[in-house]
Amino acid sequence: MSSTSSDERLRAESAFSRLLKKPELGALAGLILVTVFFAITADSSMFTLAGFMNFMKPAAQLGILAIGASLLMIGGEFDLSIGSMVAFAGLFFGVCVVTWNVPLLLAIPATLIFAAFVGSINGSIVMRSGLPSFIVTLAFLFILRGLSLVGLKWATGGNTQLRGVREAVEGDILAPFFSGNAFPGLFEWLAHIGLIETFRNGAPKVPGIPVEIIWFVAIALIATYVLLRTPVGNWIFAAGGDKTAASNSGVPVAKIKMALFMLTACCAALVAIITVLDAGSTDARRGFQKEFEAIIAAVIGGCLLTGGYGSAIGAFFGSIIFGMVVIGLAYTSFDQDWFQVFLGGMLLIAVLFNNAIRKRVTGER
Amino acid sequence: MTDDTIFHHGDPVAKLAPIVEMKNIEKHFGNIIALAGVSFDVRPGECHCLLGDNGAGKSTFIKIMSGVHKPTKGEILFNGAPMSFNSPRDAMEAGIATVFQDLAMIPLMSVARNFFMGREPTKGSYLTKRLDVDKMNQVVMDEMRGMGINLRAPDQAVGTLSGGERQTVAIARAVYFGAKVLILDEPTSALGVRQTSNVLATIDKVRKQGVGVVFISHNVRHALAVGDRFTVLNRGKTLGTAQRGEISQGELQDLMAGGQELALLEGSLGGTV
Ligand SMILES: Nc1ncnc2c1ncn2[C@@H]1O[C@H](COP(=O)(O)OP(=O)(O)O)[C@@H](O)[C@H]1O
Ligand SMILES: [Mg+2]
Repeated sequence: MSSTSSDERLRAESAFSRLLKKPELGALAGLILVTVFFAITADSSMFTLAGFMNFMKPAAQLGILAIGASLLMIGGEFDLSIGSMVAFAGLFFGVCVVTWNVPLLLAIPATLIFAAFVGSINGSIVMRSGLPSFIVTLAFLFILRGLSLVGLKWATGGNTQLRGVREAVEGDILAPFFSGNAFPGLFEWLAHIGLIETFRNGAPKVPGIPVEIIWFVAIALIATYVLLRTPVGNWIFAAGGDKTAASNSGVPVAKIKMALFMLTACCAALVAIITVLDAGSTDARRGFQKEFEAIIAAVIGGCLLTGGYGSAIGAFFGSIIFGMVVIGLAYTSFDQDWFQVFLGGMLLIAVLFNNAIRKRVTGER
Repeated sequence: MTDDTIFHHGDPVAKLAPIVEMKNIEKHFGNIIALAGVSFDVRPGECHCLLGDNGAGKSTFIKIMSGVHKPTKGEILFNGAPMSFNSPRDAMEAGIATVFQDLAMIPLMSVARNFFMGREPTKGSYLTKRLDVDKMNQVVMDEMRGMGINLRAPDQAVGTLSGGERQTVAIARAVYFGAKVLILDEPTSALGVRQTSNVLATIDKVRKQGVGVVFISHNVRHALAVGDRFTVLNRGKTLGTAQRGEISQGELQDLMAGGQELALLEGSLGGTV
């Protein structure tokens, strides 16, 4: 610890090695790789504006979940119930809108509060029992899926699908924020001046940006800001890194974890609201297996399964990779079912890569 | 120069009133009696060593001092007034900072984020309230340089620091946040010779700033190197407090082992323990 060695040690940290320390590096590299792959193998229409919206829409729906999941994972916990939560929140929302005729102005906040409440049940069981969140939320994966089925049958008198959402929200002032496309005027104008492709009648081929993409980008930006630039972000890293050390240093660990469980559930509810409005109905399979896809996207984004490390922007990239692979294969001559192989492979590479990065960051050998 | 004169700074501050006074503290865990009536105090600018073998109850005792545990019996006086801490945060706010045996540091997080963990500086208000990253980085680089450690960058992960450097970060953090009493739980037990002497030097710096240091150790030589007063714990009991100069290394060693047993051992090992 002599003071003379300071200067060359300072210089030794190059821009490149700083970049290597970013948790989202792997996801960014993966995204570039996948883009190059499809640029070579896929039909060129994949990278038109319409093609872009095509793969960004599922990416966004997954990404909203994945960003919530990534924050929770950084905070040191898992939530395997988010997929089922999408169905359960979808049911609650559908019943509000269709059965009880509640306007969106009330139905949306009610659905979010309801989801937050269910998330807090997950959280309090985990916090009080000290059991791994993996097992507690696995129980809720089944409980919520089952309740969704039972609830749907109750609400519809025996069906597993609740229809009539579109008619019920017709003309609601909040509907445009949660369904359809944003900025239609802008896209018409762009078509008018010839900047984007149009149909023969002059209408733009892409009528606007699907609202989930706007939500996805906004949530990714806010989550990244909170993580990297606010005290709460520091507490999330600390709670996940070592909860005893964190609470001994004055971090409100229990509150943070509880808030993260609630937030993750709210992300699931938002996806439920958007997709239910989009489909005009809700059913019991909504969000099926999304918990795994969200966790995969978060891991590809650099989150460690052990917590305390990761990034929201990484989960953002991870979700886009996911969307590109799901949709992109249709633009190629490959069998679509390669998708699952691709996904598993990406997950494996990401985990190996993250493990190496973690060792590098902690100086472990 | 021998170890025990290196960091000694002359006259102990016997005249000053204690910052914290613990009287007849008892702590039971179920039917385990971890502490059976221990009294201890610490004054500004002194280093009071709490010595004892593994399992003697040292960590339990200081956890009561720092608000982690509540005593089963006994009294805590803070600046002369009775006090009861409900959480580490309470104690921290009163000015009692603790560097726990496990350091309370997170290897995956940067030095700057660890340094300010739980007490992050912010700028702006309401929705624009955000971390003052520049201040965090600046303070960390300055404070660490003050302690003789040159970080490569403030975002260097704590996991890449050596044990002694981590210990120093933890101490620097406590002092920066205005600790009046600094409790160090076995800060040297896992360190090599060089790192140990760095940490001992750090303790000396901190003491000279008027902080009361509680230094826990099971190594008598480390304690003698910086200590002004010495209290030995043995199986949850104390046999009183000795001033520097009143007691020898051998005597302390004997007290720690509970008298006779070590005296016997020492005979066969020829005084090398
Ligand atoms: N939370 C606890 N529950 C039960 N027993 C404990 C607990 N903490 C400490 N002890 C017991 O109290 C005694 C003193 O432990 P400790 O204070 O850690 O000793 P030291 O730090 O001196 O090595 C030990 O016998 C230990 O097993
Ligand atoms: Mg101990």
